[in-house]
Amino acid sequence: MGTGQILFNAFVLLTVVSAAGVVLNRNAVNAALCLLMALVGVSGLFVALDAYLLAFLLLLVYAGAVVALFLFIIMLLDARGDSRPVLHRLPLAARVIATGLVLGGVASFLMRGRLPEGRAATTAVGAALKPYAHQLFTTYLLPVQVLGFLLLIAMIGVIALSRRPDGPEDAA
Amino acid sequence: MIDLYLSLHPVVQGVLKGLAVIMVIFPIGGICSMAERKVSAWIQGRPGPNRAIVPWVSWIPVIGPFLQRLGLFHVLADGGKMLFKEDALPGHVNKFYFVLAPVVAMMPALTTVTTVPFGAYLDAAGRVVPLALANVDIGLIAVFAVGSLGVYSLILAGWASNSKYPFLGGVRASAQLISYELSLTLSVLPVFLWINAPGTPGTMSLSRAVEFQSLPGFWGGMWFVFLMPVSALVFLVALFAETNRHPFDMAEGEADLVGGFHTEYGAFKWGLFFVAEYAHMLIGSGVFTLLFLGGWNPLPWVSLATLVSWLAPLHPLLAHPLFVGVLSIGIFLGKVIALIFFFMWVRWTVPRFRYDQVMDIGWRKLLPLSVANLVFYAAAIAVIQTR
Repeated sequence: MGTGQILFNAFVLLTVVSAAGVVLNRNAVNAALCLLMALVGVSGLFVALDAYLLAFLLLLVYAGAVVALFLFIIMLLDARGDSRPVLHRLPLAARVIATGLVLGGVASFLMRGRLPEGRAATTAVGAALKPYAHQLFTTYLLPVQVLGFLLLIAMIGVIALSRRPDGPEDAA
Repeated sequence: MIDLYLSLHPVVQGVLKGLAVIMVIFPIGGICSMAERKVSAWIQGRPGPNRAIVPWVSWIPVIGPFLQRLGLFHVLADGGKMLFKEDALPGHVNKFYFVLAPVVAMMPALTTVTTVPFGAYLDAAGRVVPLALANVDIGLIAVFAVGSLGVYSLILAGWASNSKYPFLGGVRASAQLISYELSLTLSVLPVFLWINAPGTPGTMSLSRAVEFQSLPGFWGGMWFVFLMPVSALVFLVALFAETNRHPFDMAEGEADLVGGFHTEYGAFKWGLFFVAEYAHMLIGSGVFTLLFLGGWNPLPWVSLATLVSWLAPLHPLLAHPLFVGVLSIGIFLGKVIALIFFFMWVRWTVPRFRYDQVMDIGWRKLLPLSVANLVFYAAAIAVIQTR
């Protein structure tokens, strides 16, 4: 087992353990920090797969900004996270269906998921700037535009929902 | 010596190189905190720290008292004080995160160093080879990505302290750093639009930015600070906010938050926050120097290669790669230290903003300015750089 393989396994372990920590932690701040560690683990996986650009973009956008925003919201709302009224009132049927969906998804991935042969030899698109940008503006132009539009809709929705109906926004 | 080094395992070589750079960065961080005290004293017309002296240095007739008045040995005194002070751990804090926060502060500061080139030498063929721990293609993205993790030390310190003022400092820090990261990133895009000319391999490398500022001719040798003044201004302002420096040090804000995020800290943990702040300033100034101030080129329109071609006829040793390397590192560090002096100068001259003013500047002034700047340069570069 080479150094690369050991590193890959270490990052897999880090990712899985911290991802479990996100779900299992009762304290919201702990969960957010576990999410941060999971993201660092995933970006480590990208490095092990030679996709350096993706690794650093993931760190920049998700670890650097999104999780910091999560923490900001958690701290602003001062969420304790020890009372979970919503989850306790879930009917049994809903829990069974949700668990079944998750298990079904994982099972179908394990049964039918196949890595295409010989793809591993090609250089990763996410390794350098130019091939990545080229793919973004040719093959994946439509998905990028659609996603951008979705995010815009979400942003406008948030602004519309969070605006106070009348009066000055913040008189203080 | 060099043969022994080259015979080592690459990983050991990397660790040694990393340690060498850390051993330079860490003391500079300490010396900067000293310089801050002295610079503030000069600006306010006080003598500043001028007492500490090591006994056997004070026996030297003229130089000893001069060094004492300069306050040089207060670095040692301050460091020793912080190291040997009782490291009290308040009873009401979340101990794990409380101890983790200063460590998290240091990690991104020392990790980003790896991708910042700090000098160059000329190889046998006369080509300029940059000196860096890892001269990677995505240099600037790596610096931004790892540097942006620095915010967690402030958030963690504020949250783990479990008291009101540090908590407010942590909340302020998280909102402020996210706000200014946008302008910071947008402001450097014109530089990379310009250096990624058609036909060249795409890059975000910082050494490539310096290469573009050392070309011959009037436009080639021009530093980007003259070519893109608005980018440089927005980057500098955002850098002040990102490194939590006055007038943007909302997270600390001793007038309204006692000490902000580090209120509950003392001794060496407190010291680590400050060394980390100066290390961040050092990296930020380094990136600014590389992007806008010509990196290791001594003067605008005078590149390192030109300087060496002037020096080489004087003495053969002056063209030796080792000398050129040290010279280029000296030029680079000189610019960085001048910028750090600028940081301190601003701190002791400009009053602190209110928090609403900080948000206003970030979102309503700096962000539109950087977007307009990007659109302008994108159009201009599209006209100038034709295929």
